[in-house]
Amino acid sequence: MEQTQPQSVHVHAPPEGFLWKYVFSLDHKVIGKQYYGLALIAVFTGMILSWLMRFHLVWPNAKIVGLDLISKSGAPGGVITPEYYLSLLTMHGTLMVFFVLTNAPFAGFGNYFLPIQIGAEDMAFPRFNMMSFWTTAAAFLVLVLAFFIPDGPPISGWTAYAPLSAVGSDAGPGLGWGQNLWAISIGLFCIGQLLGSLNFIATTLDLRTKGMTLMRMPICTWAWFITSCIGLLAFAVLLPACLLLILDRMAGTSFFIPSGLVISDRLQNHAGGSPLLWQHLFWFFGHPEVYIAILPAMGIVSHVLVTSMRKPLLSAKVIIYSMISIGFLSYMVWGHHMFVSGMNPFSSLLFSFPTLTITIPATILTLIWLGSLYGANIRITAASLFALGFVSMFVSGGVTGFFLAQPSIDIYLHATYFVVGHFHMVMGVAAIFGILSGTYFWFPKMTGRMMNETLGQLHFWFTFIGTYCIFMPFHYLGLVGNVRRYASFIDDFMPALMPVHRFVTIAALITGAAQFIFLYNLIHSRFFGKPATDNPWDGTSLEWSIPSPPPWNNFGGKHPVVYHDAHQYGVKGEKGDFIMQDSPETAAG
Amino acid sequence: MSEIDIAMHSQGGELAEGSPYRIPSRKLTMWLFIISDAITFGALLFGYGYLRTASSDWPTPFKFNPSILNVTIMTVVLITSSLTMLGAVDSAKIGNKAKTKRFLWSTILLGAIFAGLHIREWFGLIDEGVRLFQNPWGSPLFGATFFAITGLHLLHVISGVVALAVISRGFSRGWLTAGHVETTGLYWHFVDLVWMFVVPLVYLLNISK
Repeated sequence: MEQTQPQSVHVHAPPEGFLWKYVFSLDHKVIGKQYYGLALIAVFTGMILSWLMRFHLVWPNAKIVGLDLISKSGAPGGVITPEYYLSLLTMHGTLMVFFVLTNAPFAGFGNYFLPIQIGAEDMAFPRFNMMSFWTTAAAFLVLVLAFFIPDGPPISGWTAYAPLSAVGSDAGPGLGWGQNLWAISIGLFCIGQLLGSLNFIATTLDLRTKGMTLMRMPICTWAWFITSCIGLLAFAVLLPACLLLILDRMAGTSFFIPSGLVISDRLQNHAGGSPLLWQHLFWFFGHPEVYIAILPAMGIVSHVLVTSMRKPLLSAKVIIYSMISIGFLSYMVWGHHMFVSGMNPFSSLLFSFPTLTITIPATILTLIWLGSLYGANIRITAASLFALGFVSMFVSGGVTGFFLAQPSIDIYLHATYFVVGHFHMVMGVAAIFGILSGTYFWFPKMTGRMMNETLGQLHFWFTFIGTYCIFMPFHYLGLVGNVRRYASFIDDFMPALMPVHRFVTIAALITGAAQFIFLYNLIHSRFFGKPATDNPWDGTSLEWSIPSPPPWNNFGGKHPVVYHDAHQYGVKGEKGDFIMQDSPETAAG
Repeated sequence: MSEIDIAMHSQGGELAEGSPYRIPSRKLTMWLFIISDAITFGALLFGYGYLRTASSDWPTPFKFNPSILNVTIMTVVLITSSLTMLGAVDSAKIGNKAKTKRFLWSTILLGAIFAGLHIREWFGLIDEGVRLFQNPWGSPLFGATFFAITGLHLLHVISGVVALAVISRGFSRGWLTAGHVETTGLYWHFVDLVWMFVVPLVYLLNISK
């Protein structure tokens, strides 16, 4: 039986005291910032790990001062061992994929702006929201703990392929407690994300203000909504997979361990399991996870682009439908990560079709962004530059996806740097560009101060050129046959490629250093930036109708009424060439 | 848009007119949780099917007595508890607190009987030598999948029993509403439904030949 009275928002009193205001806050805005802060810590940690890896690839015998303090066995005398390289690789991947690409654009910005953009006071379940953040924070701490145990972090990669991840410390350093911590951390992370996804969906469906129909929601609200639907199903598979992995490791089961496995000259006391099962479960989560990272970035970029172009997108509806179909198709393509796993080759063919199909909505999205730019008098800001950079990265990285989607080509390229280049560009860097674009765009709203525009644009050019310098050569390296996951190449058939690697490492060091411009800009502007107006970018969506920074109850206890979609640009309005969503005026002429 | 209209909606939580999603957040979230949890069970059952198909020595140890007889009784108990749950939801809706409490406690009792029978069965199997990592009959994965799947389900039943006890107390004391009873009912029926997949896949497929 449906309840017909309007539902009340779970209004909570304004928080008092430091602990309740900033730590265990129920306010979605504080929780959004907490997620963003966590992602910021994770991204700089992950970046430093990538520096160490790049450094080791080019100068394998160089001493890194102080590294032996973190790991005596992993870096004796400061020289990284090949095993420790794999540990760094695992932690880089895990931190970046889970704690950066999922946390910042989805949980971070989503928490902060989804309720505001639909005119709500808070999320549907503020307590769940707080629990979701603290579960994620606990997951982060458990993961990072792996650095400080004698065994070190696991060496099995962010995908934790079984049986390597399942058999225990016999198989190498980090596979004892390091891998246990990894599995526990990811299990906790799943719980946090599931709670968050439930909350996002309930909020979007139930707390929209008067007049905010689904099709009037800004595109980024849609992106967060679709992402939470994907997350709800994807993390629900990774969670039992992690549980089974923990059982294999701690209770002696053999879900992922086959019979007759001999490791370090010892016959493993396991029988009957299947390593492929782990890959199926993992990639059933793992491929949707790629879209969990990229969809919010697409939403943010569409939002920033439409505001900067001062004209509506060619079709907001088609963008939304494309994102929905990407979300839907993302569940049918997990096998394209497993073309060389020993899976039946006919399955590969089956997975290849939907993989190529998914490029259709992705191409439509790109064409809409590019087509909308035609004839637009775009306002160049750091935010819009990063949005354009996103489109560029997404196209450059996406094109190589056509090659990898075909099993016959993937068999050659799969274990090479080609794949590393592909996913770093299309999912990693592209999503990071979305996060950065969102940061420059929303920082004034979140803090009430503007970021330094000059430093922002400088940061963009360093990052844009830098990331191309890093990841474009990866494709060439891959085509030549340079294998990935190897700690060094000096004793191999690839010394001729070392100059390219050296170039990439230097580019990585410079690009990474440029990120400190961003960090400085972020912290400095937070305290000393120019005060921001309520609507510095002449935006139309609801977040620009309230003060910067917003009061604890967003709309001051009132609820806005929405009259338009979020794309009333290029019209004659009272305040300029735009009409706010909550303004009753209609476009003249 | 008149001022009154706006004032009427100033409480927020108001949907655009005619939306099919016009259900309370709590109930919607329970449905979403059920979808997500169904996927979790689905992943486990998929893993079980995958491993069972891949094994040449999968044991089929369940005899009619005691295993299948026991599981039949458990199934009847669980389905009956779904019926009493329906009764609880119905009486909660018309505000009959005493009747709701009676129905809820029958559900709790039946849930507890189910859990008791299940745990007894577990101990029986453990006595026969079935462990997470080995069993006397064949592939060690039999015990692993059996305990993982039925264990997760048992965990759901026990959490449900605890939740029902809390709901019963809260509803009769007046700090929980009929909506809470209904939402918990959804969960309880879902747990029942999962069992309907577990019985044929985990028990009936493994009847001794």
